[in-house]
Amino acid sequence: MNIEETILEAIRTAETSIPYDVFEHIRVAYENETNEVSKSQLNSILDNVKYAKEKKLPICQDTGTQTFFLDVGYDFPYKKEIVNAITASVAKATNLYYIRPNAVDPFTGKNPGNNVGRFIPYINWFLREGNDATIYVLPKGGGSENASALGMLKPGEGIKGIKKFVVDQVIKAGANPCPPIIVGLGIGGGSDLSMIIAKRALLRPLGQRHEEKRVADLELELLDLLNKTEVGTMGWGGRTSVLDVHIEYAYRHPASLPVGLVVQCWADRRAIIKVDSSGKVEVKQ
Amino acid sequence: MMYKLKIPEDMDKIQNLKMGDVIYITGKVFTARDEAHQLMLELHEKGESLPFDPSKMVLYHCGPVVKKEGDEWKVLAAGPTTSSRMDLFEKDVIKIYGIRIIVGKGGMGDNTAEALKNIKGIYATYTGGAGALAAKSFHKVENVYFLDELGSPEAMWIFDAIDFGPLIVSIDPQGNNWNKISRDEMEKRKKEIFKIIDQS
Repeated sequence: MNIEETILEAIRTAETSIPYDVFEHIRVAYENETNEVSKSQLNSILDNVKYAKEKKLPICQDTGTQTFFLDVGYDFPYKKEIVNAITASVAKATNLYYIRPNAVDPFTGKNPGNNVGRFIPYINWFLREGNDATIYVLPKGGGSENASALGMLKPGEGIKGIKKFVVDQVIKAGANPCPPIIVGLGIGGGSDLSMIIAKRALLRPLGQRHEEKRVADLELELLDLLNKTEVGTMGWGGRTSVLDVHIEYAYRHPASLPVGLVVQCWADRRAIIKVDSSGKVEVKQ
Repeated sequence: MMYKLKIPEDMDKIQNLKMGDVIYITGKVFTARDEAHQLMLELHEKGESLPFDPSKMVLYHCGPVVKKEGDEWKVLAAGPTTSSRMDLFEKDVIKIYGIRIIVGKGGMGDNTAEALKNIKGIYATYTGGAGALAAKSFHKVENVYFLDELGSPEAMWIFDAIDFGPLIVSIDPQGNNWNKISRDEMEKRKKEIFKIIDQS
């Protein structure tokens, strides 16, 4: 299979079926829910996921902004091919009705109809040792993206300040980002870095904790605090408002405490493509 | 309570609905998002009218995934989009066009609730993200307007719906608004959560 076909397949996989970890978290939320309306909403969500997978239909009509995170070895030989293949496969996926034309000119609103425009599809590079590459496909919906926030906190506000900022933002977002949501947090860095590591944190499977205990503990504490908001499924109240919290961090300027917050909807659609140095490809979810 | 409604025939039954009721709608639904709302207001300002009668339909906040098969359009996914964006326009759209049923997700604000109260209309929500399931009830695309100007997500699609639901009434004709009630409750809970954080 060539790389363009593989990316096309990965987009289709991401759009039509959610990863197992996400399905399991929603199923457990359904089982634990005591609020009747939220339980019925979770039931519809599970029915929808099964139906979309069976019929190979988009789970949600908002097929998102096509976002690609590339973890690429310094010696990986096919960087240019991958960039070209991403753009070509996104246009093709639109043409085949796998995704909605979701990229418009910000001034005129004009829709070119192929999901390709200035800086879009969005590719974020992360270089590391090695000669292989991993491509993370993350179609990101608009409703959840609109709940993103950047807090430039005072360092004196500390970790308590971070917790309050996150609780406040999740309450502000309410039902709009299609809860139960997943919260990606980027602590430290600068304004830009905190936001990008927050979004990257969403690539981690649900239930998988950060490798450092102090960060993992904060993830669990925030998860507990956020579920006390009782936003519930689609804002109808109940036990589960947030499925998981994923935190990444970077060193910060002594005068700044940036907190990037990126929200993902329950339809946490992802796919992973591994490419080795010989060009062999594999799609996973 | 659960009700099955035929639109436009059952339009007058709308005024008896209460917040929390569950409804299923059979009849005509037209989609309108941000751009379509703006366009509706611009047309009115210019003294022009829409090519269909929106007062006999359900206004649905939705930008569907649609596929052209021969001469026909097929709906692949058509769940709701975030309604609060339309709060900017909805009060005027309701008044000008006589809209009595709005469907979306996430809830709407006080101005929209007030306009719905005046016209004895409702706002109901469908499960956000359940796009494939929603598309099942739109068995036919009756027409599409402003497709070239607005692009497919923002165009005004007219769907023929059979038992579109379950839709939960979130704003009722008495002006009760779940969004407002839940937001007030959450503000209270926020204070309690902040207390826990301060004590940690």
